[in-house]
Amino acid sequence: MARQLLKGNEAVVKGALLAGCRAFYGYPITPATEILEAAAWYFPRCGGEFLQAESEVAAIHMVYGAAASGQRAMTASSGPGISLMSEALSYLAGAELPCVIVDLMRAGPGLGNISPEQSDYWQVTRNGGHGSYRSLVLAPASVQEMADLTRLAFDLADRYRNPVFVLADGTIGQMMEPVEFREPAREPVMPEWAVGGTAATRKNLVSSIFLKPDDLELHIAKLEAKYALAEREVRFERYRTDDADVVLVGYGIVARILKHAVDELRAEGIATGLLRPITLVPFPSAELRRMAATVREFVVVEMSTGQMVDDVRLAVDGAAKVSFYGRGGGNLPGAEEVKAMVEGRVRKEGLVHA
Amino acid sequence: MPEKELCITHEKPLAFFPHFERKGEGEDQTHYCPGCGHGIVHKLLAETIDELGIQDRTILISPVGCSVFAYYYFDTGNVQAAHGRAPAVATAVKRAHPNSIVISYQGDGDLAAIGAAEILHCANRNENVTVLFVNNTIYGMTGGQMAPTSLPGQKTTTSPGGRDPGRDGYPMRVSELLATLESPAFIERASLGNVKTILQAKKAIRRAIECQMEGKGFSMVELLSPCPTIWKLDPVAAQKRVHDEMERYFEPGIKCDRRASRPEPREAAPPPPLADFSRLLNLPDDNGRTAPAHAHDAERLDWRIRIAGFGGQGVLLLGQLLAEAAMDDGLEVSWLPSYGPEMRSGTSNCHVRISSHPIDSPLVTRANALLALNEPSLRKFLDTVEPGGLVLYNGDHLPDDCRRDNVSVYALPFAEIANQLGSAKVGNMVMLGAFLALSHFLPDERMEAALARLVSSERWVEIDKKALAVGRERVPAEEFRHA
Ligand SMILES: Cc1ncc(C[n+]2csc(CCOP(=O)(O)OP(=O)(O)O)c2C)c(N)n1
Ligand code: SF4
Repeated sequence: MARQLLKGNEAVVKGALLAGCRAFYGYPITPATEILEAAAWYFPRCGGEFLQAESEVAAIHMVYGAAASGQRAMTASSGPGISLMSEALSYLAGAELPCVIVDLMRAGPGLGNISPEQSDYWQVTRNGGHGSYRSLVLAPASVQEMADLTRLAFDLADRYRNPVFVLADGTIGQMMEPVEFREPAREPVMPEWAVGGTAATRKNLVSSIFLKPDDLELHIAKLEAKYALAEREVRFERYRTDDADVVLVGYGIVARILKHAVDELRAEGIATGLLRPITLVPFPSAELRRMAATVREFVVVEMSTGQMVDDVRLAVDGAAKVSFYGRGGGNLPGAEEVKAMVEGRVRKEGLVHA
Repeated sequence: MPEKELCITHEKPLAFFPHFERKGEGEDQTHYCPGCGHGIVHKLLAETIDELGIQDRTILISPVGCSVFAYYYFDTGNVQAAHGRAPAVATAVKRAHPNSIVISYQGDGDLAAIGAAEILHCANRNENVTVLFVNNTIYGMTGGQMAPTSLPGQKTTTSPGGRDPGRDGYPMRVSELLATLESPAFIERASLGNVKTILQAKKAIRRAIECQMEGKGFSMVELLSPCPTIWKLDPVAAQKRVHDEMERYFEPGIKCDRRASRPEPREAAPPPPLADFSRLLNLPDDNGRTAPAHAHDAERLDWRIRIAGFGGQGVLLLGQLLAEAAMDDGLEVSWLPSYGPEMRSGTSNCHVRISSHPIDSPLVTRANALLALNEPSLRKFLDTVEPGGLVLYNGDHLPDDCRRDNVSVYALPFAEIANQLGSAKVGNMVMLGAFLALSHFLPDERMEAALARLVSSERWVEIDKKALAVGRERVPAEEFRHA
């Protein structure tokens, strides 16, 4: 199939429908509204359900209902909306319901502004909702990945019967790049555990209640075992890291900027590389640990005051230096700015192997 | 009590499990207190399900409240929902399975307080589901706090002096409130105040479920219900309170019945076959769009373009056309608009990258081409152009206090030229034509194909083409060599 120039926000919707998603429930919020609008256009055409809910709370509980009914279901929002959805995220995980949530991060806290940030990292990778559960989190860095990772998100959601986030920022939603939908459209399949209003599904119950402490402890252990198994889904991209003294770490749009900075730093003779986590949960901790044996310093760059950097520190566990550079408020770090920052650190810390 | 009624009381409807295995201990009894309204409503619902023959089709949404475990008892499909959200869950379940019978079972705290928005909008969308709303004027499960329905003067753990309407507001008559909406098909309030009204309540439940079966839309039965335990009354006295006090404030009866005026539901169209998805999703076919064997391989092409102007000058379209045409020519492209508050202030700009190699950052912080459609944009971005870069400016010349030496500047009144063509609106196209001539990496037919795709009106396509041609002629094509 030929390439098509698409906005990230539209690629999500097309990718979802091709992945067999037939239920979209959402509420408008910049910069995710275009996903809602594209869904309003495409879902009904493709035999799917689309509804603009009265709030993000209602929207995500509708997703809960659709998932309980065996549909591949999704919603999309941004920080303030994700905050409201936190309640249901916990219920979805507790009831082991698969679904996909797209979070196009904007700048916070509070109403903040609608420009891009990456400051929902904690909220999304640390659950937001109550109780012992995790959401799996994928972080696209291109429009092609908005489509591909949305599809993967549905597969992972079904495989682990768990909510999966596609965590991007406003920039990736707004930008256009060529996209190719390589995989064929998938027919929706109703899982056997779902409720259906039929004799065969009458026995099915969707619930997150385990009244007896022993039963709940067992249930939590089962969820934990699932998350441990999901570690095998870890994905990351390495760029020029083999002989790198300094490794930049960033995800999403920031990783694209860092790639540019890596080339520029290499041109100055500084052996720099890039590690881009594609899955944030599971996090590429093992890879970071492995790299820490030869890397002098990991420089984590985020559009926040430093959130993912915690996970890098936990992974590296003191085996190499970890430093942080962040921009916020809706400002993107420029490649030149990153380059100057790294050069400064190299001068100060003497990071480069002689 | 006459024997016959006793006998009915002990017969278990089929819609109940024979043994309540999900409950665990005490498998033959419900967890409800003696004389609790929930027990009665469960029985009425189960009997109605039996009578209507809809056990297999029924999906019960249980709430948070004393009836949270309704799924212990009903041998139907079951979904347990979060506090107050059952109408949202029910909405999606019904839409996923239009042939199912979806019952949202809720208490008054659940429905009228925390779930007020969900019930209101579920009713207003006329979702084809049935809500059973058990109003016992109290939060039962959490031990007796004030509910939106608690009566004036009613003592609860959170209104120890009695509900004071001056401070807490008056009790909400939810059925009347929802009935003011134009959408819901059927709303009735019934009472569990005595045997007679209980029989009426059962009829109301049946009417509501039939309403759903007929596809007429939202139906709700509010059931005035005793909670002997929290009220600290014996079951008989509790029932008396329902009859004497609750019925006085919450008048039983049909609050709206629009079933007769509702059209017959339409049969849903079957979903389209997957084979149609390419068309339905506007995915491109390969015809004529396959990238050519790459003509740009030899040179390393890397355009980093910033396009800026007022909103309405066609800044974003200009960029999109470039990206679209270059993609068709087998190049890698990205297009990134500025979005947000800036758009509101009336300025607009986008970053376009076009490259023979995969594009790292879509951000253009150092441009090798600036297309400035107005002066503020020129002032803002001129310094970001790297030495040897190209600047196109919509004006006769650069302002005296805004100059650069080491870049190639083409200042022309693009909008005025467009005006002479019949529309100042295509100033962007004149500028694009000039850029194409100066950069000469894109064959004309690519741009024309992109135009045809992005501009829907044929009339405008023609004007745009003319504008492109004029733009091309207005600059010395071979002069600029990209550094
Ligand atoms: C978000 C949330 N807030 C509070 C609660 C605690 N809670 C459980 S049941 C309940 C009140 C239920 O009262 P009602 O809906 O009147 O039902 P009843 O128990 O009287 O049948 C509350 C507040 C909860 N489970 N979830
Ligand atoms: S507390 Fe009240 S509502 Fe709850 S089970 Fe007992 S009587 Fe019923």
